Amino acid sequence: MKQSSLSLLTLLALAVAQPSLAAEAATAPPASSYVHGDFGPPRGDPIKAFLTEPPKVPAPTYRNYPAKVIVELEVIEKELPISEGVTYTFWTFGGTVPGRFIRVRQGDTVEFHLKNNPNNKMPHNIDLHGVTGPGGGAASSFTAPGHESQFTFKALNQGIYVYHCATAPVGMHVGNGMYGLILIEPPEGLAPVDHEYYVMQGDFYTTGKYREKGLQPFDMEKAIDEKPTYVLFNGAEGSLTGDKALTAKTNETVRIFIGNGGPNLVSSFHVIGEIFDRVQQEGGTKIQENVQTTLIPAGGAAIVEFHTEVPGSYVLVDHSIFRAFNKGALAILKVDGPPDKTIYSGKEVDSVYLGDRSAPNLAAVTQATKAAAAGKLTKEDQIKAGQQLFAGTCSVCHQANGAGLPGVFPPLAKSSLIAAEPKRPIDIVLHGLTGKVNVNGQDYNSVMPPMTQLNDDEIANILTFVLNNWGNPGGRVEAEEVAKVRAEAAKPAAPAH
Amino acid sequence: MLALFATPSFAADYVALPGGTFASVLPADEKSADAVVLPFRLRSEPVTNAEYLAFVTQHPEWRRERVARVFAEARYLAHWQADLVLGGNAPPTQPVTQVSWFAAQAYCESEGARLPLWNEWEFAAAADATRSDARSDPLWREAMLSWYAKPSGTPLPGIGGAANVYGLRDMQGLVWEWVDDFNALLVASDSRDQNDPDRLKFCGAGALNLRDRENYAVLMRVAMLSSLKAADTTINLGFRCAKPAQ
Repeated sequence: MKQSSLSLLTLLALAVAQPSLAAEAATAPPASSYVHGDFGPPRGDPIKAFLTEPPKVPAPTYRNYPAKVIVELEVIEKELPISEGVTYTFWTFGGTVPGRFIRVRQGDTVEFHLKNNPNNKMPHNIDLHGVTGPGGGAASSFTAPGHESQFTFKALNQGIYVYHCATAPVGMHVGNGMYGLILIEPPEGLAPVDHEYYVMQGDFYTTGKYREKGLQPFDMEKAIDEKPTYVLFNGAEGSLTGDKALTAKTNETVRIFIGNGGPNLVSSFHVIGEIFDRVQQEGGTKIQENVQTTLIPAGGAAIVEFHTEVPGSYVLVDHSIFRAFNKGALAILKVDGPPDKTIYSGKEVDSVYLGDRSAPNLAAVTQATKAAAAGKLTKEDQIKAGQQLFAGTCSVCHQANGAGLPGVFPPLAKSSLIAAEPKRPIDIVLHGLTGKVNVNGQDYNSVMPPMTQLNDDEIANILTFVLNNWGNPGGRVEAEEVAKVRAEAAKPAAPAH
Repeated sequence: MLALFATPSFAADYVALPGGTFASVLPADEKSADAVVLPFRLRSEPVTNAEYLAFVTQHPEWRRERVARVFAEARYLAHWQADLVLGGNAPPTQPVTQVSWFAAQAYCESEGARLPLWNEWEFAAAADATRSDARSDPLWREAMLSWYAKPSGTPLPGIGGAANVYGLRDMQGLVWEWVDDFNALLVASDSRDQNDPDRLKFCGAGALNLRDRENYAVLMRVAMLSSLKAADTTINLGFRCAKPAQ
């Protein structure tokens, strides 16, 4: 197209002219930051906006004049992973959740092209919160599959704004991932930083449970009840962890454009181990400083900035914390560089602390912990430690002599269940046991809760003690075995022998 | 070869529907009044590629290479191999898609029929295998939604899904379908009513009119239809025809 070749030239020209333009921008008289930025008609050749996939952010405009900017955004409906082994049919602006990041300058005239991919099922539109006009553009951009709509707006207000699809049912379009951010730079530009990142939170509603495998359909009931299955940064569990983690070096400044697509939840955005030096709360012009957690409304965004001092992994969370650890709202910023012990020492002391349980009757536990740490744990250590732990946790129900209570708590002594499957108790301790079970010829039908408060060493020791007492078959349970079972899902209650 | 393709593998049966008062997702008075559907007959299956090929063979003005652009956009029948050849991307029993409203209307006229009204289509689609109105059943809704959730990158299957209580097939789960009044679904009957005529176009507006939670699955069809112009085509938009009661 003619326009794109034109704009390529413009881009090249800009790239060459960048430093001088930046200098001009810096010396330009600062515009009042809260009056509307109508700086007159667009000047120069039209510029094709370069949009980025999350977590990338386009380079600054480096412009000191209002231009005509052409934005082309394509709606794509596609199946993508939402978690390990779980997929979801996302509706996207540009093929990703969140959609492509758009960056323009206050006063720019934006010619917006919304394309609806021919393979899509649904009509879509776009409501940009940075647009002044009916529906934020939605009224002019309703587009059938295989069609394209065009509308033009002047970016009057600076700031970071959410855009989203607003076709009925709006909640479903947003819930399927149809949102993103548009940055309208102030005329003088943003202060330079070392890294700019694009992160957006969203809540997702699937008919299956959290991490239930396979293609998961959208669940309207859960969405109306505001009970999300997933709360995610950038549309998938693991989208910003491991190899995909955000990165920085020590002694750098990081700016995150953090948005919240919703559709329902408000985010308590926090970076574990960092303090935001500057926050443009709600994306507005007022700067708040020294912020620990900032609230991002659904359909809102903020700009947060902080300086990195200490290397390590910093975890981005929604500090409504069950969402982070049980629904996926986790991302990592990995900071590399030399440690600075004057700011953060790292671990200085690691000693055993067992509180008032430690003396005298848990001496054997202390001994076992030390032996395990030294890699010299014997079966005898385990039995002794297990005996003491059993007395604390297990004997209340199963009795100190392992006999249980007939008809209520199954016996562990000479247990037919243990004899048949010596390792099954690992699963029972970790995941509990509900329902009918037959031990030594008697039926028990009751509930044992999961004992997940015990760590792997403790469970290994307790079970090794049980296996080697009261006429049970002997043997040994290793902490590694417990760890393995802990990672597995609870097994269904099956009647035993 | 041509003759073989042109022979419809399903006869164009029309089944009788009783009509009645009906709680449409788009209330007759924009608030809550039931729609009145007169008795009518509806084609049991969507029109297929083979049937449409027979139509354009007899009506050259609707062939891909000859159709007036004002009646059908450039993608009209673009998935056919040639003017009068279906080819591998358009199996004979597959519902015909990439047809404009004008073309669909012309086809129906050739069968002595017309396109159904939205309320007629909605009335017919509310049924499942055993009930005339299954819309409160979550399974009915899920059947509709699960199709929406599948992007249409893969070829459409042929017609011949399970029949509903009237003997209609493929009312859901195969294609979008043109209706006669597709572009009138959003126009307020009385401008003094101040009901926003843009209600399905943007934020939250569609929800104003939701009579119950289940409606949204049907409303998405309305939204789809209202995004179209009469010359538009899409790769999963087909049609079936209606006739007055006998």
